[in-house]
Amino acid sequence: MRAHFVLHVLAMLGAAGFVATTVGGAWFLGWITDHVILVAADGRVDSGTLGLAVGVLMAISVASGIAVIMRRMFLMMAVQRTQRDWRRQLLYRYVDLPMSLLRKRRIGELLAHSDADLETATSFLMPLAFALSVVLLLVSALVVLLLVHPVLMLIAVSLFLTLSFVSRTYIRLVEAPSAEVQQRVGKVSAVAYESFDGAVVVKTLGREHAEVERLKAAAERLKAQRIRVGRMRATFEPLIDGIPAVGTVFLLLVGAWLVDRGSVSAGDLVVAATLFGLLTMPLRIMGFFLEGMPRSVVSMDRVDKILDLQPEFPVSAKKPASKLTSKALSLEIEDLVVDFDGHRVLDGVSFAVSPGETVVLVGPTGSGKSTLLEAITGLIEINSGSIQLNGIPIEEVDRDTCNAALAIAFQEAFLFAGTIAENVTLQRNNPRRYDDSYNDDFRNSDIRNHNIWSALTMAAASEFVAALPGQLEAIVGERGITLSGGQRQRVALARALFGGPQLLMLDDATSAVDPLVESRIFTSLRSLSVTTIMVAYRMSTLESGDRVVYLENGRVLATATHKELLQRADYRSLVAAYELQNLVRHQKAEAAAVAASRGT
Amino acid sequence: MKPASQTTSQTQSKQNTAKQNNIDRTPSHLFRTMRRGLIVSPELRREFGVTMVMAVFSAVARLVIPILTQLVLDHGVISEEGYKPGLVLGLSLSALFVVVVVAAVNRGVYIRLVTAAESVLLDLRVRTFEHIHRLSLTSHIRERRGVLVSRVTSDVETLATFIQRGAILWVVNPVIILGSFAVMGFYSWQLTLIVIAAYILLVPFLRWMQHRQFLSQTRVRDAVADTLASTGEVVTGAAVIRSYGYTEPIRRRLDQMLDNQYKARIDAHVWFSIMMPVVELLSSLVLSGVIVVGIWQLSALELKIGELVAFIFLLRLMLGPITELGEIFQQTYTALAGWWKILQVLDLPVEIDDIEPHQALTLPEGSLPVEIRGVGFTYDTVFRDDADCSSGFSSSVKVLEDINIRIEADANVAVVGETGSGKTTFARLVARLIEPTEGVVKIGGLDLRLVARESHRRLIHMVPQDGFLFDTTVEENIRFGRGGASSEDVAAAIDALSLRDWVDGLPDGVQTQVGERGSQLSIGERQFVALARAQIADPRLLILDEATSAIDHETEQTLMEALAFLAKGRTSITIAHRLSTAEWADLVLVFHDGRIVETGNHVELLSTGGIYAQLYESWVSDARSFL
Repeated sequence: MRAHFVLHVLAMLGAAGFVATTVGGAWFLGWITDHVILVAADGRVDSGTLGLAVGVLMAISVASGIAVIMRRMFLMMAVQRTQRDWRRQLLYRYVDLPMSLLRKRRIGELLAHSDADLETATSFLMPLAFALSVVLLLVSALVVLLLVHPVLMLIAVSLFLTLSFVSRTYIRLVEAPSAEVQQRVGKVSAVAYESFDGAVVVKTLGREHAEVERLKAAAERLKAQRIRVGRMRATFEPLIDGIPAVGTVFLLLVGAWLVDRGSVSAGDLVVAATLFGLLTMPLRIMGFFLEGMPRSVVSMDRVDKILDLQPEFPVSAKKPASKLTSKALSLEIEDLVVDFDGHRVLDGVSFAVSPGETVVLVGPTGSGKSTLLEAITGLIEINSGSIQLNGIPIEEVDRDTCNAALAIAFQEAFLFAGTIAENVTLQRNNPRRYDDSYNDDFRNSDIRNHNIWSALTMAAASEFVAALPGQLEAIVGERGITLSGGQRQRVALARALFGGPQLLMLDDATSAVDPLVESRIFTSLRSLSVTTIMVAYRMSTLESGDRVVYLENGRVLATATHKELLQRADYRSLVAAYELQNLVRHQKAEAAAVAASRGT
Repeated sequence: MKPASQTTSQTQSKQNTAKQNNIDRTPSHLFRTMRRGLIVSPELRREFGVTMVMAVFSAVARLVIPILTQLVLDHGVISEEGYKPGLVLGLSLSALFVVVVVAAVNRGVYIRLVTAAESVLLDLRVRTFEHIHRLSLTSHIRERRGVLVSRVTSDVETLATFIQRGAILWVVNPVIILGSFAVMGFYSWQLTLIVIAAYILLVPFLRWMQHRQFLSQTRVRDAVADTLASTGEVVTGAAVIRSYGYTEPIRRRLDQMLDNQYKARIDAHVWFSIMMPVVELLSSLVLSGVIVVGIWQLSALELKIGELVAFIFLLRLMLGPITELGEIFQQTYTALAGWWKILQVLDLPVEIDDIEPHQALTLPEGSLPVEIRGVGFTYDTVFRDDADCSSGFSSSVKVLEDINIRIEADANVAVVGETGSGKTTFARLVARLIEPTEGVVKIGGLDLRLVARESHRRLIHMVPQDGFLFDTTVEENIRFGRGGASSEDVAAAIDALSLRDWVDGLPDGVQTQVGERGSQLSIGERQFVALARAQIADPRLLILDEATSAIDHETEQTLMEALAFLAKGRTSITIAHRLSTAEWADLVLVFHDGRIVETGNHVELLSTGGIYAQLYESWVSDARSFL
């Protein structure tokens, strides 16, 4: 709010203008009654007075219109700007948060924070400023009433007190049931989401009917709660509507008597009646405000919880950030320990990779292969140990240099909604050259495209991209062309290669790629002689690596070549047992095939 | 993507343009929404009468005070006889009575209304949900899932919010306005005519306003959807963003989205902000006019002072309902848009129609042969856009073409081919999750389309690749395989597939909670549950979609054994991702570009030296390399 002070002041001025014109208008209506209408009853109104009355009335409504526009527009702008600022802060935080913190939350939850929660959190700003103008209105209306007659003001005050008592009771009573309604809405959503998420299973099991019943049960609970709240509303809404009417009746009763005694004029009575009408509105607004306030606070808390998280794990930037040479990097890992969610995922991992070497990480599920790659990439925090690139601790390497030198491709190939070109480049414009056809002049779009095509070709993606409508400019992602899993992985791989990485990490990044295509990819990768660490499961890949780091339960069991490791029984059974069985069967089959072909 | 599909895609887009013209965003589509909505929920029409009663009562309550003011002034205070306390008291008491009665009646009517509206919403929600489940799988593609969920949640919620407030105002306020006109007409029809003439000027203004608001609200919705999509990318693409240092461009993109949203919202609110002042200005004009004319012509119009005062009072009173209507436009549009979207889902054709029960055939007991004649499948991707179903591009892709194959009873068939070759579609056709666009699928000699749903659900079982589990226990998930299965049945299925050791190793045995989508279990373990489900279902035709993901060796072994056990003694079609599955199959179908290009057993296919032989060769060279 502080940030948009001027807007708030302007809105407040508008609100004050609105109050002034509203109360002034009511008072002027009384003046017209006394000085124009009642005079007219006797037959003589001079046109000057009439003209004045009309002129002032018009002036008041123009002023009131301007005031309302000011109040609404500026308030609106202030609220929207605040909302935009908060939302930006929150989204920036999503960009900055360490992976480990982000992973602990569900995507749906994070989206809800940035969408509905922020909306609710800022929604109280709208009536907040309005409520202040309402207080002003209340005070000035009471003052005018006091001037008319103290007894009328007393009636107004008691009316106001009754009304606020009733509406506060209502809000207090309805709060918990309303919250329960929200809970039940959430339950319905959860059922619907799960049910559609598992649509295939629901269909294959013929569970449609059971699912409908499940949703119906949740929806019926919601309905029952809504009706419960509806009954409360049904009791209180007519009450809140009716109380001002009762107040006005009393006003007329007492007013008529006062007019007769001559203490007030008929015009004063009109003023009072109009003001009574005005007094009910503020209460409604205050009611909405108070009703929405707890929800706003809860939402704000949720948003604040995210904003309070530390953006990145501390980077010890004491030493001047080091640069790296532009050649293939060496990597030394020593005694690396990583805990996640209370258990040790990496437990003292040490190994080294020399420049240009290809190392394959092998190990059963949960052995820490992916975590290791994430730790090197800086995606997760390490508890102890060191990671060095060319002998320089990774945390001392300049962040941008590091991002450019390291590239990782994941099994889950994520593509942004955008073109193929955007997805490959990610707006990086300084690809290092690793063949002579590469060119640094990124401003030239032909050359940029040439570089993209080179990366795509290495990732064996150029053929299918060339066949897409629009080729490099073809839109992929949520609303674009649907690519197959293997195609997505190849685009993601081209992304990793585009920057000319000095250390390439592949986390089962070609799992969905056809084996024949995969071997083509690895052949071209080998020709780059870039330092490579990969997680892979296919035999030909294990074979093609220079060395294998054999992991289990977060420890390195052995580091050796694949052939050497095959001496170990546990390694053999891990990678081979299943394949061996099939090989035996294959040999039989082959014999049979030979026999069959001779037979025909 | 394939040349063959391009012509289809063009005709499709033409159809889509036609569709777009149908659902343009003019106000006339509001009336269509309401008309269609009333057909879908006829109860609404029944409740209309009740709502009108409430509206009339509310109007009476509101009009009582100005009338009372007039009567008190004219007859109780400034009449010829002067102040008449008895009359004033009497009038006041009767007004009080009316106010109280009206409040009581309103309460009853409101409760009835809420109950009725909630029933309509419940019905609408359940029906939409049911309808979505009846849609074929092609409608359930991943991007649309969230959209479908919002149809039965947030869209229904917008309607609920609207009914609580907006809908009632739309009925009550016009009645109050009309009632005010009636009372004003009673005081002076001449002055009333002036007022009506002036307010008619408002009509085109309000209509124009309505249109503007609708347009700007649509823009706001689009901007919000875009921001949300970008936020989604920030979260799901977090690893890529961080590892590539892609943060700056992403921040710029977010900034741009936020600015767009801000501008759209401000734009929408400009119209909203000027609405009330304009109405108020006009009404001040009217008020001045009435005062001038009223006073000049007081005697000519035979108007009493109290009547003129009451008239002015009513004029001001009308202002409230009018501006209120203006202010709920936004809510109204949101609700109508939500309603429209729900109705559109209900209008989506159910591609798999159930046959009339009395015509439906029952599959024969015993083993089931499968015969597929001239089957093709074209996959349309229409309705891609989530904002509303009218926009977004469409394309159609021919996934399967000219499939002819006969599978003998009890045969174990493996289906192989590259990703996108049509294997999964083939399996889904046989499972009748989708229906062929050409040709016929015959199972047990019967056209699958003529078979009763219960019959084919009982005898044909598919184990999908993703192994989706519901957020409940392992036992409950297995039980889903056959309605009414007992705990003993579940235990028997687990034992039959040799999964006992695994189950006993779980923290709570069969009572272990599997978590959201089965997230507490590994991919392989989810497959175990899916297989046990199949075992308990005991189908005659089993369709298996093998998981591609890497599973550790031990799990893999257990899984292979369970699979082999399951396939025994029944017809099985397995989408093989391991060539070993193909090796022991009785028949291998090799798919390529939507066609079956090779058939035969493993040995035969190897000797022909085709695609299968190639695939096999690459795999064997892998396997042999480490010996």
